[in-house]
Amino acid sequence: MPIEMPKDKWPGSIKKVTLGATSADGGTRTKTITLGGETTLPYLHFEAPTPNKPVIAIEIKSHKPDDWSPLLAEVWSDAMNDPAQWAKKAEETGADMIVLELTLEDTPDGAVNAVKSVLGATGLPLIVWGPGQSEKDNELLIPISDATKGERLLLGICEDKNYRTIVASAMANGHLVQARTAMDVNLAKQLNILITDMGLPADRIIMDPTTGALGYGIEYGYSVMERLRLAALQGDAMTQLPMIVTPGYEAWKTKEAKVGEGVPESWGDWKARALHWETITALALIESGADVIVLRHPESVKRVKDTIEELIAV
Amino acid sequence: MALSGIQIYKLLPQTNCKECGFPTCLAFAMKLAAKQVELSGCPYVSDESKKQLAESAAPPIRLITLKAGTEVKAGNEVVMFRHEKTFYNKPGLFIKVKASDPDIASKVAKADAYKVNYVGMDFTIDGFAVEADGGDFVGAVKAVRGATRRPLILIANDAAQLDSALSLLANESALIYAADASNYEALADVARKHKAALTVKADSFDALADLTQKIQAKGVEDMVLDLGGKNLGEWLNRSTQARRLAIKANQRAVGYPTVFFAGQNGAEKEAVCAAQAIAKYAGFVVLDTFTPELAYALLVLRENIYTDPQKPIQVQPGIYEINSPNADSPVLVTTNFSITYFSVANEVEGSGLPAWLLVTDAEGMSVLTAWAAGKFDAERIAKAVKGFNVAEKISKKRIILPGHVAVLSGELEEELAGWEIRVGPREAVDLPVFMKQALN
Ligand code: B12
Ligand code: SF4
Repeated sequence: MPIEMPKDKWPGSIKKVTLGATSADGGTRTKTITLGGETTLPYLHFEAPTPNKPVIAIEIKSHKPDDWSPLLAEVWSDAMNDPAQWAKKAEETGADMIVLELTLEDTPDGAVNAVKSVLGATGLPLIVWGPGQSEKDNELLIPISDATKGERLLLGICEDKNYRTIVASAMANGHLVQARTAMDVNLAKQLNILITDMGLPADRIIMDPTTGALGYGIEYGYSVMERLRLAALQGDAMTQLPMIVTPGYEAWKTKEAKVGEGVPESWGDWKARALHWETITALALIESGADVIVLRHPESVKRVKDTIEELIAV
Repeated sequence: MALSGIQIYKLLPQTNCKECGFPTCLAFAMKLAAKQVELSGCPYVSDESKKQLAESAAPPIRLITLKAGTEVKAGNEVVMFRHEKTFYNKPGLFIKVKASDPDIASKVAKADAYKVNYVGMDFTIDGFAVEADGGDFVGAVKAVRGATRRPLILIANDAAQLDSALSLLANESALIYAADASNYEALADVARKHKAALTVKADSFDALADLTQKIQAKGVEDMVLDLGGKNLGEWLNRSTQARRLAIKANQRAVGYPTVFFAGQNGAEKEAVCAAQAIAKYAGFVVLDTFTPELAYALLVLRENIYTDPQKPIQVQPGIYEINSPNADSPVLVTTNFSITYFSVANEVEGSGLPAWLLVTDAEGMSVLTAWAAGKFDAERIAKAVKGFNVAEKISKKRIILPGHVAVLSGELEEELAGWEIRVGPREAVDLPVFMKQALN
């Protein structure tokens, strides 16, 4: 019995966004990354090919974090003391990009140095996050943006309360911005409007819809991303941007990943569980449309990379 | 596909006799379309119309129930995306065992006993799949049935073997795996005889539809599909297509739930394969490996994906007693979002330290979400303190706030004159240490 397959034809598509610049384009990266271009829902090959596959960024910090799981400290070990080393090791682990997260201890000079040392240690495109307090973010990100003009860094994190300074600086120095909103389609759209109204072209924005970990609100992030992607395909220009998500950060914050002792026996082996927590959180978000997946554990990186290869294989 | 009021009207007697309680047949038809009345309200509907109406009311994906001492359902889904309404029947999680395995009974017993608690709910494995692999299949099914009361999937090609095995499972609804073009006649006979559901396996939707129609003609209604495919990408595409064909194109010939074997590409990939199946429409998911950590992660994912997006899981606001608190025990404040409540309650309980847990009505939101939405502020907390008569239970008027909402302490001091407001740690994991060190 011949079955006719219903296919969706969408009026909209996701914008192509390129991160990092090689010397030909005024930067120093040996590799650039282009995201976006999708014309249908994630990996539905029977409707359209996936023009650009999602990529993995590994999260490193400018100072060794003291609140990361011992399972992470164990694999990254000494490299955690030096962002350049850590970045190098992350590249060897299979990262497509590096996320360098600054801390409250950083001084502007120190932060610029950390960024430069990471840029020197790897040829991968770089994402830089401020420590997450508006004033401090501006204090650190602006000198970094100035000192790396032309590199097409992704600067984060822009939120509605502090996007102006970062956007202005990204505009002046040829960088991109990460626009974060709290799991809501309209808020995401609105922030993109505010940012583009300032004059930054839309193809220099990556949306961060925020997410929760498996067991801690992932269903909200999952659905908001599906809705954002549907809105984009339906033609809503201010949602037609690639998305970045942070399953590493979210998953390693949970008790399931963080704690090995004094937990129910039914939770099973600690390390295996922690890795499942990170990879399954990542998998769910990839299925709902994530383009940049920020991870922490090398083993998760490997598994998620394999997953992506299988998803895009036709 | 559901019929419109006008389409239904055409199937009614059109005599406007009013016996149904409505002035016209059309008015009754409109109510029927809106599912506000039952067809039995009209005594004059012809048998032919009844049949057509029943068909149109049937769900686009047939509901399949596997049953033994417990039961598990799949099918009856109505949307492609959970935000459009909700997903209803959580995919059953089955563990596969091999008939030749000498430890089959103990393996099953171990997985059968597995129970894990997530935000106050107990989750278990749903059933077992027994695979004929050259050993004594019937003996193995007997051993498995001795070790679990849960429903079974029987994986075998030989109709006679299946027949004997199913004879051991009287009054149950098992699932047979799998009929293809070469053996469907014999397997359909066995399925019909034992009222078992039958898996239909083929590599294209055309072939699947052919088979389901032939099997239906042999009197088997309960079917499950194995869509084939060789990797995550193909599985995602086929699973999406099956759901679409059923829901959007009302393609009844493939309107059945699916079964997916997550271990087919190796144990390494089993977790992500199963996770994708759970998120993307599988009706039954079969694992080769049982480990507590994998079962836990997958059961939580399934719960998350299948929660009704319209209503967050909540607990009743109130003052909860943990580890038999007395007048000297601390009062901890939190919100009534289940995940929040249980992450705090479990920590305190696990520490063995007594405490009062004051759960405010934050409309089922987490601490920060509720705070950002104005549902967890000083006024609401003060109201809960007064409303639940907290002062009467304790000797020292002291209250502990979650670290994430430290900003509320000033206002709360004003709202609750004479109370000491303390700020606790941000994450519940750090509560036991805080309670031991800072609260004496
Ligand atoms: C899921 C989620 C939602 C869901 C709601 C889920 C729900 N039922 O609450 C949805 C999508 C609906 C939502 C909406 C909003 N959200 Co929201 N959301 C989240 C998210 C991703 C996870 C929250 C969660 O479930 N955490 C898990 C629970 C267990 O955490 P918790 O309640 O805080 O409990 C922990 C601790 O606080 C502590 N604890 C709890 N009680 C106690 C008590 C004591 C005594 C102690 C010591 C400790 C303690 O223990 C727990 C475990 O460690 C967070 C971001 C994130 N990843 O954390 C944003 C987040 C909370 N949301 C945020 C915002 C702004 C909103 C909105 C206002 C935005 C909007 N979309 O309009 C709305 C508000 C809702 C409304 N107007 O209806 C912001 C808050 C920002 C801020 N700091 O103010 C966050 C942080 C995201 C962000 N980074 O911007 N959100
Ligand atoms: S009882 Fe039946 S025939 Fe009579 S008005 Fe109602 S619908 Fe029409």
